[in-house]
Amino acid sequence: MSETDDLYQALIMERARSPHHTGGLDPFDAEAEGDNPMCGDRVRIRISYDHGLIGDLRHETRGCAICVSSADLMGDAVIGKSGPEIDELAEAFDAMVIDGRVPDRSDFANLRALAGIHAYRSRHRCAILPWQALRAALGRTMEYQNG
Amino acid sequence: MSAAVKPVVFDVERIRSDFPILSELVHGKKLVFLDSAASAQKPRAVIDAMVRTMETRYANVHRGLHWMSERCSDDYENARDKVAAFLNVAREEIVFVRNATEGINLVAQTFGRASLKPGDAVVVSEMEHHANLVPWQMLRDQHGVELRIVKITGAGEIDWDDLERQFADGRVRLLAVTHMSNVLGTYTPVERLAKFAHDHGARILLDGAQAVVHRAVDLRAIDADFYVFSGHKLYGPTGIGVLYGKRALLDAMPPFLGGGDMIRSVTYESSTWAEPPYRFEAGTPAIVEAVGLGAAIDYVQAIGFESIAAHERSLTDHAMAVLAAIEGVETLGHAQDRGGVVAFTLDGVHAHDVATLLDKQGIAVRAGHHCAEPLTHRLGLDSTARASFGIYTTHAEIDSLAAGLRRVQQVFGR
Repeated sequence: MSETDDLYQALIMERARSPHHTGGLDPFDAEAEGDNPMCGDRVRIRISYDHGLIGDLRHETRGCAICVSSADLMGDAVIGKSGPEIDELAEAFDAMVIDGRVPDRSDFANLRALAGIHAYRSRHRCAILPWQALRAALGRTMEYQNG
Repeated sequence: MSAAVKPVVFDVERIRSDFPILSELVHGKKLVFLDSAASAQKPRAVIDAMVRTMETRYANVHRGLHWMSERCSDDYENARDKVAAFLNVAREEIVFVRNATEGINLVAQTFGRASLKPGDAVVVSEMEHHANLVPWQMLRDQHGVELRIVKITGAGEIDWDDLERQFADGRVRLLAVTHMSNVLGTYTPVERLAKFAHDHGARILLDGAQAVVHRAVDLRAIDADFYVFSGHKLYGPTGIGVLYGKRALLDAMPPFLGGGDMIRSVTYESSTWAEPPYRFEAGTPAIVEAVGLGAAIDYVQAIGFESIAAHERSLTDHAMAVLAAIEGVETLGHAQDRGGVVAFTLDGVHAHDVATLLDKQGIAVRAGHHCAEPLTHRLGLDSTARASFGIYTTHAEIDSLAAGLRRVQQVFGR
């Protein structure tokens, strides 16, 4: 369907069908859930640390193709990164969703597949939800570390 | 049927030509609008009536001692007469509100607080729109009434055994239930429900937001105590809705909002209230919108509910048949008496993906929980897609939906 190639790209469909980073993670260092009651999308993120960097990330996502693939591509992009690096990445991702411009950075090689979502305003939240959950998980880790 | 009744010719193409928006393109495609249950499109007659009011007969109502105000007041009150005739009730029993939601909130906060005592129970069904659930939750929390939920059957009908159980202790004072489910399409047997409620010493409120669009509603025959609907689903404008209440009930109810127009006399110390319906219409009402609603009622009545209902029944039968023919599509709601609202799931594809991919083909459906989140969960689902029909919907558009769903399946490799 050529009219939807901008959104439902091969990489998105592939990850929606067969995600790479799905399932539980045990043990894990932090977890958080994000949900969108409007559509029932729900994402649970679990992360583990390795020397202060994300060692592994697993998501359990119940939602649309955009939400599942976004959670999975996020996994590709954040493993091996630090909290501040992920904050910066999340902001760049949010900006891409809103205006459709792909930042010129190597860690967007796969994330850029979601750039087409910007034209579908009612679907922005589907793409952003996993990132919100991840940031919540990171925040909780900080609380644990500080507390 | 009397031999004097003219044979009805339902010309859907002629009806479509009355709706300017139906010639619009979406994503370069002809619009296939299957979301009328959320809000219906507007015929030229409604648009023109509203423009004419604003261009030639507009001023505030009920207070101006001048020609414009008198004409505009006449038009506003004339709309009330049209609604009253439409529902077969008296004009004093018709309160203009913003929408069905506001009508239910009005009843909850006035009748509910004044006539229900802590410990009394209100019964709603499992298939209510949030509009007929949340106001009762609020009343429960504010006022100490009990809120009970009557079950529905697997087919999507009221479970009468459970209804008997809910009423068994004699504490139920109000049954608030939909006249037609916005998810399952079920028409509830409103005459029987009203009799059941009255036999048990309860009042009945019916949410007519969906039903009033599709079939003639005779509130005297139903013996409803309260009835609400929204103008915008009935091909009228947004911002105007109707609360019907039996005269004796409205008379006994305190005001909802205070302000101008709803009072008889005001001093610095206190005020006395106007008679119904004005007691419940504080402030300048939705004048232009009321005129638009009156025009919408004229429009559907000129077509006639007999032919509207026949057309929509045929559409619904067609939709159920073509959707059943697609492997992986599951339709919801199999009540014996059901109308033109068809919620469905597509195996392996989230409803939001269905809606987006249909939209790219120019087909507008709704996806989500349709403001009935508890019902969606009760059905074991997170979201569904929903196609809903109006007087302008064609069989060809339903075929387009079916073809569209097959394309969605292609995209998802199913």
